[in-house]
Amino acid sequence: MLFFSFFKTLIDHEVTVELKNDIQIRGVLKSVDQYLNIKLDNIQVLEEIKYPHMSAVKNVFIRGSVVRYVHLPANAVDVPLLEDATRREAANQAGKGK
Amino acid sequence: MENRSISDPPPPPTGMPHGGPGGMPPVLGRPPPPPQQLPAQMFTTAAQLLDLTDKKLMVALRDGRKLLGILRSWDQFANLVLQSTKERIFVAPGTAPNQPRGLYADIDRGLFLVRGENVLLLGEIDLDKEDDAPPGYDLAEVELVQNLAKQRKQQEKVKEKKKVAMLAKEGFEGENLGEILL
Repeated sequence: MLFFSFFKTLIDHEVTVELKNDIQIRGVLKSVDQYLNIKLDNIQVLEEIKYPHMSAVKNVFIRGSVVRYVHLPANAVDVPLLEDATRREAANQAGKGK
Repeated sequence: MENRSISDPPPPPTGMPHGGPGGMPPVLGRPPPPPQQLPAQMFTTAAQLLDLTDKKLMVALRDGRKLLGILRSWDQFANLVLQSTKERIFVAPGTAPNQPRGLYADIDRGLFLVRGENVLLLGEIDLDKEDDAPPGYDLAEVELVQNLAKQRKQQEKVKEKKKVAMLAKEGFEGENLGEILL
């Protein structure tokens, strides 16, 4: 659930999503759900000429299972807080495992 | 920092004490408004797909197919029902000799039920642009485009096989071995 919460803090920021088929889509993050499905608004496709099917598309719903990377704006990420949260989550998970 | 969690609202800006001298005076008899937080129900698959219902969409599938249709129903796995679906096939420029521009064609397919796992992405089509051909592409005969697409697929298959073989020799395993995502 940690990364779900993390992505929620990035709502309304501009991100670039790279899919497993190498297409890169930049847009404003509008929504995310428990599967890390992502919704982007005002999209712009990198190397647009290679992906003609995207030319008339203005916003997309991307299935979480096909995402390879999400490029984030560095200034929107509170790194110490994320580190902290990650450790806490890991500790919780370890506690549950026992 | 110690006990903040990532889902907490951001801390109030420092250096502006609430109700202090120079700050906003407290409104009598009314508590300050709660911090702005988006409702949890916004962050469900259902909420995301609800906006797209009854809209004309472009659905890209895992096997590389592009479907254009009206989204009529869906569930939490992104299983979809599409109405008045057309499959659009594209061939990149240069597939055939003397073909400087790309070609595309539509095939009527009717009603579709797509299993969620095969969905790559859904895009809402900008109705102002939907009748324009993609830049660098022209509408062409279905049969011509189908044949060219077949050719192209064959070319890519050979290329991909070579690439996978080369990578395998170096000890790499492809992310989608045995399946070409387009």
